[in-house]
Amino acid sequence: MSTTNYIGKPTSRVDGPAKVTGAATYAAEFQVPNMAYGWVVSSSIAKGRITKVHADEVLAIPGVLQVFSHENVPSLAWFDRNYKDDVAPGGSPFRPLHEDKIQFNQQPIALVVAETLELARYASAVLRIDYEEEKHETDIEAKRDEGFEPGTGKSGWMPPPPPRGNPDKAWAEAEHRIEHEYVHGAQHHNPMELYGATVEWRGDKKLTVYDKTQGVVNVQNYLTKIFGLSKDDCRVINQYMGGGFGSGLRPQYSVFLAVLASLELKRSVRVTLTRQQMFSFGHRPHTLQYVKLGTNPDGTLAALQHHALHETSQFEEYTENVVNWSGMLYQCENVKLGYQLAKLDVFTPQDMRAPGAATGSFALEVAMDEMAVAAGLDPIDFRIRNYAEQDQNAGKPFSSKRLRDCYHQGAAKFGWDQRNPEPRSMRKGNRLVGYGMAGGVWDATQKKAAAKATLTADGKLLVSSATADIGTGTYTIMTQIAAETLGLPLEAVTFKLGDTDMPEAPVQGGSWTAASVGTAVKNVCEALGEKLLKLAQKMEGSPLKGASLDEVEFVNGQIRLRQDPANAVVLRDVLQASGETKLETDSSAAPNMLKQANHSMHSHNAVFVEVEVDEEFGTVHVTRVLNAVAAGRILNPKTARSQVLGSIVWGISMALMEETVMDHQFGRYMNHNYSEYHIPVQADIHDMEVLFVEEEDDIVNPLGVKGVGEVGLLGVAAAITNAVYHATGKRVRELPIYLDKLL
Amino acid sequence: MNPFTYSSVTAVEDAVRDNASHEGAAYIGGGTNLLDLMKENVARPTHLVGLNKLPLTAIEPTPEGGLRLGALATNADTAWNEEVKRRYPLLNQAILAGASPQLRNMATNGGNLMQRTRCYYFYDTATPCNKREPGSGCSAIGGFNRIHAILGTSEQCIATHPSDMCVALAALAATVRVSGPSGERTIPFEDFHRLPGNTPERDNNLEPGELITGLDLPAKGFEKNFSYLKLRDRNSYAFALVSVAAALELDGNTITDARLALGGVAHKPWRDQEAENLLKGQPATPETFARAAAKVVEGAQGYGSNNFKIELARRAIVRALKQAAEGSQHASDVFLNSNP
Ligand SMILES: Cc1cc2nc3c(=O)[nH]c(=O)nc-3n(C[C@H](O)[C@H](O)[C@H](O)COP(=O)(O)OP(=O)(O)OC[C@H]3O[C@@H](n4cnc5c(N)ncnc54)[C@H](O)[C@@H]3O)c2cc1C
Ligand code: SF4
Repeated sequence: MSTTNYIGKPTSRVDGPAKVTGAATYAAEFQVPNMAYGWVVSSSIAKGRITKVHADEVLAIPGVLQVFSHENVPSLAWFDRNYKDDVAPGGSPFRPLHEDKIQFNQQPIALVVAETLELARYASAVLRIDYEEEKHETDIEAKRDEGFEPGTGKSGWMPPPPPRGNPDKAWAEAEHRIEHEYVHGAQHHNPMELYGATVEWRGDKKLTVYDKTQGVVNVQNYLTKIFGLSKDDCRVINQYMGGGFGSGLRPQYSVFLAVLASLELKRSVRVTLTRQQMFSFGHRPHTLQYVKLGTNPDGTLAALQHHALHETSQFEEYTENVVNWSGMLYQCENVKLGYQLAKLDVFTPQDMRAPGAATGSFALEVAMDEMAVAAGLDPIDFRIRNYAEQDQNAGKPFSSKRLRDCYHQGAAKFGWDQRNPEPRSMRKGNRLVGYGMAGGVWDATQKKAAAKATLTADGKLLVSSATADIGTGTYTIMTQIAAETLGLPLEAVTFKLGDTDMPEAPVQGGSWTAASVGTAVKNVCEALGEKLLKLAQKMEGSPLKGASLDEVEFVNGQIRLRQDPANAVVLRDVLQASGETKLETDSSAAPNMLKQANHSMHSHNAVFVEVEVDEEFGTVHVTRVLNAVAAGRILNPKTARSQVLGSIVWGISMALMEETVMDHQFGRYMNHNYSEYHIPVQADIHDMEVLFVEEEDDIVNPLGVKGVGEVGLLGVAAAITNAVYHATGKRVRELPIYLDKLL
Repeated sequence: MNPFTYSSVTAVEDAVRDNASHEGAAYIGGGTNLLDLMKENVARPTHLVGLNKLPLTAIEPTPEGGLRLGALATNADTAWNEEVKRRYPLLNQAILAGASPQLRNMATNGGNLMQRTRCYYFYDTATPCNKREPGSGCSAIGGFNRIHAILGTSEQCIATHPSDMCVALAALAATVRVSGPSGERTIPFEDFHRLPGNTPERDNNLEPGELITGLDLPAKGFEKNFSYLKLRDRNSYAFALVSVAAALELDGNTITDARLALGGVAHKPWRDQEAENLLKGQPATPETFARAAAKVVEGAQGYGSNNFKIELARRAIVRALKQAAEGSQHASDVFLNSNP
């Protein structure tokens, strides 16, 4: 219905200036009058019981207001269901301060509230806690034989499909075979911004909660159910986020504790976690994977088996799709996929950027490389020989799939033909050079979402939805969609988000925001356009009289006839003529099941990597990465590219650096700070290139977008691992590839 | 973090007096280490004596023809000082291999010597640690000890001294100037830091209340043939797994003088004079370097996760000596410098 083109144009972040000038306010920065400060006390043991909290000693310090612990916590909601948030896995959610039981190390066991932050911190440091320790188990190696298949799991999780064909026999009879175990340890999201909440007490149990979260609606639901508040009395706001990566999908204990304290003390309270405490909650689980592959003489896959076992807590069954992708990415008639959990005395793992797929694609794609080597095939050629034309898991065609183009275009641009397939054959000075590739598949999901649009007499459009922008560019693309739909200049459009007073939207995750909220924004703007047209037609001498919606277009702040653009009405005039000061519409969007039900909808990528390895030291330098992505329509090539660049860095991190190391003596993560939990710095990052393969898809959603927040991460760690093998002849199957693994 | 008082002093005598008059006082320079330790409740000073206004920021020649580095000069100002760059490029490289520009802008030379180990357990009050709480045990032995020492360890502690700057200072045979309640004295760099022995709580030989006022570099700077090679888990902003300061004086291909010190391997910057003696008078060849390297790691002991350091150190020594001999490679960072 319009011809101005914002969609698809590289557009700088509309929220950029606010962020770089400090005008953007984050959850723990809101200043409210008469605030008290809470400091969380974390357990120093992994399992046992608290026998005494010596609160009296710190309450004697002037300025300390209260020590909340299981000893004095008020009675709250009783049933598990009240504590279940929108993305909770199966089991009993953790209830902070609920009981004397300690279930994981660094468990929040008390909140000290004082007049100042410094005082709260000091008091929490001297608060004595007596424990009765019990023997803990935090090592998944000890639970190898105790894996179990999870029950219901969380929304979006699917148990692996049943085996197809005869995978054991086919593997046994295959021409070439490989079988290996692949491992990575726990990883923590570690966004720069610490979790924190500022709770403003507005009197009489009315709260405004500024909380760091990827979903204000989720937090509001959680809080109202637990504390028995009405939604009107519990407004949750989060407009900016200093990184989430999945860690903010579930409500954090910081917001629970801040609200608890605020309601009890009848005063505003802020609680912020420390960096160390950022290692006290969800994480990408430590995962052991076993892959068996076999090929036929023609290089097609004879058998594919992929089994995963990962940790979960004692109280919840965290699930993610680790192995399912393996039954979908390649054509194979004999497939067996297995997925199990093991309970440990740790906190429940949590979705972390491309949850499951980042893990699964690492194992599968390294195994595919090993298989290609064993079968004497080029890894790209091998993948193309086994290209899946349909989703064999679901028995459905793909709504669109341009992965083949990712392979071809990516390989050409990267210069794959320069690769000598022989390991250790390429050198630069005293460095071994290696090329590796890998790829992956991720869901294209749309969820139900709502939005509201308001046009004011000055010609300005305000669109809002209670979604989040965790740094992805949501503000910008929604502004583009709205401006495009109603033919307004970008500057005339403001998009707002992150407030439960706005129309409901799901948590920001799963790469579904562009598709879900984007469609809602498009719908609401179209609905507003329809209203405008009706009003315009009522104007005296309106040139649009009798025109249907299809016959007009919204361009340059006008509604005009497509056939005869000179016949136009200025939007501002429409509003003025109607006598209204503003025009408002609500609308929502839900997936079109009719269209979608018969298709499998996915984004894909192929990653090409060059590494240089100093052979004597085992140091790996990722000198070049090219990531070819097919993810439907790219709304904003600039912010989309940034998402993929971020994914590449994340993948380099996963391959070479990241691991939260547990000392099993204490059942405690020991490198719980930015100094020792390593992520890449500028000096680790070199050439990165992103290539979006054009992909049209009118089935996924009306915008044709699939989302780019996660797909770029898939295969990066595997491609690096494969490149390291090509460079050195050494196959590392346990991440991260620390230098000592290559010595 | 506990409550504390603070004073800022402008004269060395005042600093020493102020420190002595408060039980549990500590000096504070850039605060880049001390404040972290206070936030972790590892250091709990009752009073801080702020040093940044002391007139100890100069970098100036010594009467003996060397260079004096003020204790309060920042690591950044020291590294980028023209005389340091020209005469002691090894020190320049070592400093720049450490931390980040922001940290180096704050960190002082005195503080760098006094920075404490990065042992995970030392930093976490939930775990036993002999250095933090004498007698409580060493969690790193039998625990996660990837970053720990392989030389000069004891049954009480296997921590490392984390500094890069100090490795170069050890190689250059600097002298530490201190001022304290009982007057001034100088300490040869090699005697400044200690091995853990039975008193891991003591990192160095500074007496209580003593203040570092400066560092004297001798005239000889090895400005032609040197290398600071640092191996770590990422290319910047990470402590050394192993680092090597190598400095040679050559007559043709014959080594006439040699210095060799390692970081990341011991409770102190590890200078090995026996290994240096194996280099002196010898041709600058891979075989000579290998002999010296073998000498350094002769008594090395791994503790599990850090076993790899023994071989890594051996290889790093050979490479650093080679780079020093070639005089071409003055790499603070292996990667960036060999890929111009
Ligand atoms: C994340 C991070 C990464 C780092 N990476 C590296 C690295 O790679 N390599 C490296 O070498 N270093 C590294 N550092 C450490 C940094 O070099 C030290 O923190 C810094 O040199 C300390 O100097 P300061 O002036 O800030 O000391 P402060 O923190 O002020 O003091 C440290 C100690 O020295 C004492 N002190 C200070 N001045 C004097 C004095 N004049 N006389 C007597 N005692 C004194 C204090 O009482 C205190 O005990 C890193 C630090 C951080 C936080
Ligand atoms: S190595 Fe030293 S610092 Fe580390 S735990 Fe042992 S005693 Fe403490």
